[in-house]
Amino acid sequence: MSTSANSFVNFIDVQKSYDGETLVVKDLNLSIRRGEFLTLLGPSGSGKTTTLMMLAGFEVPTHGRIELDGREINNLAPHKRNIGMVFQNYALFPHMTVEENLGFPLAVRKLPKAEIDAKIDRALAMVQLSQMRKRRPAQLSGGQQQRVALARALVFDPKLVLMDEPLGALDKQLREHMQIEIKHIHQSLGVTVVYVTHDQSEALTMSDRVAVFNDGAIQQLATPADLYERPQNSFVAQFIGENNRLSGVVTELNGSHCRVKVGEAGDIRALPVGIGNVGARTTLSLRPERVRINPTNGACANQFEARVEELIYLGDHTRARVQVLGHANFVVKVPNAEGVPDLKPGSTIRIGWRTEDCRALDAF
Amino acid sequence: MAVAETLPSLTIDGVPLKVKLARAERSRKLKAVGLVLPLFAFVVLTFLYPIVVLAQKSILNEETIGRLTRTNEALANWDGVSVPDEAAFAALAVDLKQAQERREASEIAKRINSEFSGAMSRFKSVTRKVADMESGPYKEVFLSSDEIWSDPALWRVIRSVSNTYTPYYWLTAVDLRQGAEGLERAPAGEAIFLDVYARTFWIAGVVTVLTLILGFPVAYLLATQPAHRANILMIFVMLPFWTSLLVRTTAWFVLLRSEGPLNDLAEMIVNNRFEMIFTRFGTIVAMTHIQLPFTLLPIYSVMKTIPPSHVRAARSLGAGPFHAFWKVYFPQTVPGIAAGCLLTFILCLGYYITPALVGGPRDQMVSYYVAYYMNNVINFGQAAALGMMLLIITMVLYWAYNRLVGIDKMKLG
Repeated sequence: MSTSANSFVNFIDVQKSYDGETLVVKDLNLSIRRGEFLTLLGPSGSGKTTTLMMLAGFEVPTHGRIELDGREINNLAPHKRNIGMVFQNYALFPHMTVEENLGFPLAVRKLPKAEIDAKIDRALAMVQLSQMRKRRPAQLSGGQQQRVALARALVFDPKLVLMDEPLGALDKQLREHMQIEIKHIHQSLGVTVVYVTHDQSEALTMSDRVAVFNDGAIQQLATPADLYERPQNSFVAQFIGENNRLSGVVTELNGSHCRVKVGEAGDIRALPVGIGNVGARTTLSLRPERVRINPTNGACANQFEARVEELIYLGDHTRARVQVLGHANFVVKVPNAEGVPDLKPGSTIRIGWRTEDCRALDAF
Repeated sequence: MAVAETLPSLTIDGVPLKVKLARAERSRKLKAVGLVLPLFAFVVLTFLYPIVVLAQKSILNEETIGRLTRTNEALANWDGVSVPDEAAFAALAVDLKQAQERREASEIAKRINSEFSGAMSRFKSVTRKVADMESGPYKEVFLSSDEIWSDPALWRVIRSVSNTYTPYYWLTAVDLRQGAEGLERAPAGEAIFLDVYARTFWIAGVVTVLTLILGFPVAYLLATQPAHRANILMIFVMLPFWTSLLVRTTAWFVLLRSEGPLNDLAEMIVNNRFEMIFTRFGTIVAMTHIQLPFTLLPIYSVMKTIPPSHVRAARSLGAGPFHAFWKVYFPQTVPGIAAGCLLTFILCLGYYITPALVGGPRDQMVSYYVAYYMNNVINFGQAAALGMMLLIITMVLYWAYNRLVGIDKMKLG
């Protein structure tokens, strides 16, 4: 990957092994732009946290180079990198007050007392905790501790902030609130943020770009919309959002579309993305909300009979599990709107979808 | 509504809620008490009761109690500096005659001798003399028997001993005694206990500091190693812990001997043998070895609870490795250090067998003298006073520690 002019952090051919036998990170090339909010998303053990730790300086790359602002930092000690970091369990110092926690990075940098005070004031105002200056971390709620950790990582004006699943310990409502808050802080400060999470909705909500990790490698690096709308392989399609999978064999391939044989009777027109030649196995990926019930004849190139197995009412939509082409776990999202047919379990319906909504990806 | 609020809360069947609650919880409470009772009884019987008995013995004139009552009455109005009058001599003579008949005279003589040396033989001879006399006057008989009977100091001792309670043992334990004008320092030859206490505290302090210096890095290593390696290291720490104290002390005895392996090694290397056994050095080395796990384990257990992310956070915030350790990691280990050091220090104060085996005469600690008065001199009062003194000092230390650090902050594991 070429290092573009505005890239701030570069991973170049980075590999990491802990035991000398297996690679935790395989040939990582990643370029992070200045001011960007980039999320490393992946299941546990996918190498995302290791990547973050190499950037923070707590792990040394086994091979390759890591550059920060044009300078190689492979052997630079963590405390000399000037990178703010928010840890999973906040890592607030329990023996210090909020004020002392925030003052720690400033005192280390030997700033004058007045400047330290001013910076602490500003940082606490930013996270709306100005009245908590003298409290100890144990006297704060989880959400407040999270804010203090955030303020501490930002108080010394680092150019780059790393966040390692910072919202993992919060309940759902608070987590969603903090996602927006962190996003706003990022926008107002213009710092570069590298964020690690295994929560895809968090990644989609907050990020400018998301790097999906699996098995020590980046599967796809794209904007949230691209990631959801145009997954490049079946792992990404499966990991991001809900996804119907149909496996089959390519029978025809001509540039903009292909035909895939699924089971005995299925003949599906799909968009070729990551498939081999005619005869190769493929996994078709189809979002549940793109499936239409009783489509008008011209609208959908693919139309099949399906039997309703189960209905789950979820308020704004109903999830219908149907059996189609021998697949029993095919999910259709039926929006709760006017003109939607009343479905009954056991009834047979017609479903259909467009060629471009059905992506033919690598065999899973 | 207003009336209902002032009435006690009732259950559905009309019984007050508090009564019902107490009834419902009673069996549970009884069970809890039943579980605690055996240990409680055991502690009272083997710990609290002996302490009370010893506390009593340390202030009681056990040898003379009820045996010098007439003398005590006769001396009630004595000025304490002149030679007492005939009445006092007569009372003492009667008391001695009675004691002689009951074969208690030698105990009284021994008790007085412990405060006034040389009194024993004079008592025995005068007791023999007055035993044959039907009536007085006794004063001349006493005075002609020995001139010691005209010494007010002896009479002061007799008056003090004839009381039920005595401050003598406690005063001796702090090198004081009752003179003609109130309290005075014991003469140089008898004043040993302040020195013994100072020595006890000095040795305990040195051992505590040494165990901390040696134990802290090991605890850190144990807390930061991966589990399988930490477990093996832990066995090395615990192995001596599981060995009998006497065995370990004897092992040090063998090691430190002038003909022992350490001196053989020294002979080979520097062609010299060192005096290590029966010295302060030997005592401190052996005690440090024995106490090491007691200091180490509380520190280790506290270190285990400090997440590694704290030091990482400090590093990412710009602190160098030492600064991060000193400002972020170390302060969090203080409760463990305090617990470990307090434990070791208090245990060290009571050391007996190790200094007795590997230490010299100048290295014996308070416990040695407690044992000495118990076993050799059979002076329970003095042993009890010394022991109680140690207990009080330990409690004061504990109290001070509680005020400074807070016992609730102490973590033993």
